[in-house]
Amino acid sequence: MRDVCIIGIGQTPLGELWDRSLRHLAFDALQAAANDAGLAEAGIDRPDALFVGNMLSARTIDQAQLGALIADFCGWRGIEAATVEAACASGGAAFQAGVRAVASGMVDVAAVCGVEKMTDVGKDEITSALATAADADYEVVHGVTFVALNALVMQRYMYEYDIPHEAFANFAVNAHQNAVNNPNAMFRRAIKAETYNKAAMIAPPVNLFDSSPVCDGAAAAILCPLEMARDLSNVIPVRVLASTTGTDSLNLDDRHDMLSLNAARISVQKAYDIAGVGPEDIDLFELHDAFTIMATLSLEASGFAERGHGTDLARSGEIAIGGRVPICTMGGLKARGHPVGATGVYGIVDAVTQLRGEAGENQVQGAGIAMAQNIGGTGSTVVTHILGV
Amino acid sequence: MSVSQNWRLERQRYRLQGEECPHCGAKIFPPRDACPECAKPAQEPYTFVGKGEIYSYTTVIDGPLGFEYQSPYVVALVKLDEGPIITTQLTDLEGEPEIGMRVEMVTRKLRTDGDEGVIVYGYKFRPLLLPEA
Ligand SMILES: [Zn+2]
Repeated sequence: MRDVCIIGIGQTPLGELWDRSLRHLAFDALQAAANDAGLAEAGIDRPDALFVGNMLSARTIDQAQLGALIADFCGWRGIEAATVEAACASGGAAFQAGVRAVASGMVDVAAVCGVEKMTDVGKDEITSALATAADADYEVVHGVTFVALNALVMQRYMYEYDIPHEAFANFAVNAHQNAVNNPNAMFRRAIKAETYNKAAMIAPPVNLFDSSPVCDGAAAAILCPLEMARDLSNVIPVRVLASTTGTDSLNLDDRHDMLSLNAARISVQKAYDIAGVGPEDIDLFELHDAFTIMATLSLEASGFAERGHGTDLARSGEIAIGGRVPICTMGGLKARGHPVGATGVYGIVDAVTQLRGEAGENQVQGAGIAMAQNIGGTGSTVVTHILGV
Repeated sequence: MSVSQNWRLERQRYRLQGEECPHCGAKIFPPRDACPECAKPAQEPYTFVGKGEIYSYTTVIDGPLGFEYQSPYVVALVKLDEGPIITTQLTDLEGEPEIGMRVEMVTRKLRTDGDEGVIVYGYKFRPLLLPEA
């Protein structure tokens, strides 16, 4: 296996981007990544392969087969290209496919693009589309939405560990604070804990600020083997130290212990073993805060807090930039935005930005090792990447 | 949802029919071809009694398509007496549910697909009608 590097990153702003189609968003992110990598200057006119992360395009814009569509739209007609789908973990899974392709030696330059177009359809349609991540026959038929599934987990968590709702406030406060300095973020305004505490309930105990926003966006990365990265000028190569996936039952109700986030435990343990690091070595953690409860469970499953103590890290401010384990350093899913199939690649892009020292006001000083985690469904698929410079 | 997709699930929806693993004795719902506990083949039908307790719950304030006429409604995870946890709506509630509350299965309308579409029936759970011995 070859060592794999990220040599280029790109992203579009996140939000209701009615003037840009899915193919344009993908193009913007991929061109930015290719330019960032300096592919043209190095005499490389196209990647060898394109891996697209997407969950909903067949439903929201009646479009499948994004691999061929986007490759052609970028002027790369003829290259190997396909979509990887794992619900909200599609982006992370697509990135992993790119890493595997380059590591194996079958592909030299791989492009990865996570892209999602969510705002072309109404709220009802997007709610139904997102619910396809859950079990159609045994969950969704009973009227559970994706928000409701997270509410069921949060309710049980608060009951078992006797945690009040306010304990989750700082996850939202931290994400919004960090998004202020991210020009691409959807919500660039700070909020107070009071705003969180007063927010309207969507499915109790999940309120509006426990939940991340629906939006459009695309993020991209260019991968190549380490030895090739050394020949390309002007790039700080970021190494992929580990790329792992764990799975759990698709259904939330099928888990003996739904608060353990077992798929995360599996993928993180593997990732730590492969990279030869532990939680104490991680300088920042781009986790999957689709809901505050998922941020909590992810911190616990990834070894940063004991079970039942994930919210302690939020309350004590240890998740802030400068804290023990900075999370969502560019706004996370909550404030940067959560275009579902693109989110995993945004997490990678944010981690790379930090490792290159390009995060501006939000720079985590001395960041050398970052972890990015991407969760599909209620924890059914969890993809973890550890990156380093 | 298509007619056949629903028809295939009748025994589960109307009778709470799952499986019992002949190898490890696990009671399984929903049924599948491999036991989730021991991974061996498990296809012996087992009909659940239909009683259990609330493991978690929430209220869907603004239901999705097919459920809009029911909103708001309470969805719960119910831990059946035989072990498995299932996702279901709670019905016939008087006041707030709570974790640990005993509930029993009833058959109700689950969802509709507009005026012309399929009406799906299946299990919901309600607080016990009669006190247990
Ligand atoms: Zn068994």
